[in-house]
Amino acid sequence: MTATAKSSLPETAAIKSPRLTRRARTLLGHGALHVLLIIWGITFLIPLLWVLTTSLKTPGQVFIVPVQWIPKTPRWSNYREIFEILPLTSFIRNSLFVTAMGTLGSVFSSLLVGYSLARLRWPGRDAVFTLLVATMMLPGIVTLIPTFILFKYLGWLDTFLPLFVPSWFGVPFYIFLMRQFMIGLPYELEEAARIDGASSLRILAQIIVPLSGPAIAAVAIFATLAHYNDFMGPLIYLSTNDKFTLALGLFWYQGRYGNFWHLVMAASTVAITPVLILFFIAQRHFVRGIALTGLAGR
Amino acid sequence: MAAVPKRGKRPSGVQLAEWRDGWLFALPFLLGVLIFWLGPMLYSLFLITQNWDMLSAPKFVGLGNIRRLLEDPLVEKTLSNTAYYTFIGVPLQLLVALLLALGLNQNIRGRSIYRTIFYLPAITPAIASAVVWNQIFNVDFGVLNNILRSVGLPGVKWLFDPNIAKPAFILMSLWAIGPQMVIFLAGLQNIPAELLEAAEMDGASAWQRFWAVSLPLLSPVLFFNLVIGIIGSFQVFTNAFVMTNGGPQNSTLFMVLYVYLNGFRYFRMGYAATLAWLLFWIIMFFTFLQFRLSGRWVYYEGKL
Repeated sequence: MTATAKSSLPETAAIKSPRLTRRARTLLGHGALHVLLIIWGITFLIPLLWVLTTSLKTPGQVFIVPVQWIPKTPRWSNYREIFEILPLTSFIRNSLFVTAMGTLGSVFSSLLVGYSLARLRWPGRDAVFTLLVATMMLPGIVTLIPTFILFKYLGWLDTFLPLFVPSWFGVPFYIFLMRQFMIGLPYELEEAARIDGASSLRILAQIIVPLSGPAIAAVAIFATLAHYNDFMGPLIYLSTNDKFTLALGLFWYQGRYGNFWHLVMAASTVAITPVLILFFIAQRHFVRGIALTGLAGR
Repeated sequence: MAAVPKRGKRPSGVQLAEWRDGWLFALPFLLGVLIFWLGPMLYSLFLITQNWDMLSAPKFVGLGNIRRLLEDPLVEKTLSNTAYYTFIGVPLQLLVALLLALGLNQNIRGRSIYRTIFYLPAITPAIASAVVWNQIFNVDFGVLNNILRSVGLPGVKWLFDPNIAKPAFILMSLWAIGPQMVIFLAGLQNIPAELLEAAEMDGASAWQRFWAVSLPLLSPVLFFNLVIGIIGSFQVFTNAFVMTNGGPQNSTLFMVLYVYLNGFRYFRMGYAATLAWLLFWIIMFFTFLQFRLSGRWVYYEGKL
């Protein structure tokens, strides 16, 4: 109450002039802020711009000092060449498969477990939630070696299974995000359906899922990025060329032909472009998802 | 929040069905914890006592791996490298992220464009950014030295200088602070405008408003970023693996890289598991420490 009373104070005529100077100060401040942010933004963009411009150069142009930011004659054939040298289509297909399966599993499991933790009442639920939060904080490095041995024992080495099967059992971070979202949904519809004798699965599928669009989108995007960008997993589990994902393929290529900067950069551009497109399409959901988990402490 | 059924009362059929569904739906996660956390952790404890190259049968060595760890000069080196990268890198990352968030929290035009630009690096695949930065740091033709020379400064040897390689990685990490920035931004937008207005009316300067109002209200978010940042930073791998492979002179040999090399290059599964446990406890220690210290500086609304 006192705050609103105070903020209406400047409306009185007596202090009109300081308000004007304040406005001028704000404008000046914004101008300076823009200059700062633009310089900062360009700095952040330089690496990405550099990838793009290098990918369109001839080998000779790459090493000209100072950098030519816009190549005089963009050499698009670098891209054709990279597809001819590298089994890029196979890399892309493998990445798409792993990403699709991993994302499906992440969404499916986080919906199920998130719903259970947010909306169902059962003994032990709070303990399981504590366990979930604890696993979010556990350093995964401790399971690296034994999990590898487990998958080796299962005969899953050099298959895609180790890269996406774990996601079907639920990723703590995604479950947490889903639970935080679902807990805020209204209870009326669910109660009514339960009184009508609807099963939990039916309530989840027909009432909760349609209301959970933003959380599903956030989990789907995070999972897509995580599986697509995953490097250590493919590095450890995949060994034959035709199984490589894009991330591993790019690493393998730069190890062999690292001196052909223009081609390495063209391959990098091919690897980066899908995530950029995804980001531009779904930016809003990203920010919401991050905010949802990041504000866990509040 | 839904209440857990009271004790003593016999649960009804509907309640029992809800209990059953609750457990059933949570089962994937519980199984996942068993298969991908608990089981591996127990097995990993057993591995500490073994020497195993995965070709011949494992050999029991008792405390041999632990003794080896204590005598391994590279362990001390990797620990100090990792601590350097984490305790210098994370505060800088949070500072840059917070400054950007404060800038973007102003009511200026093109906020979402700026936000996009600052976020892009974070979604770039780690391997792609490692490949790109490798060229950026190139001594002769890299864009960084190019810029330095164009303003008359001498070039830097970046990843080839044992004293510069770690700061170079920290510099690179400052490029990918998008998520932290967005979390700060969300936290800033949650601060009630009336509080800041009231402070302004009382004559508080911009700095005082930030220091006395925004920062305390932001402290839970800062705490979250700090905890997650330190856990992640301790486990840095891809950049060092791709760009320097631990060099020069082991100056970028970080813990996870050393675990990886022992496990998958030298095939010392027992020793790699032992190293991983060491890192595990170090990270747990610092996480625990932060939670203990958080009471002194993290402010939660409604609690004083």
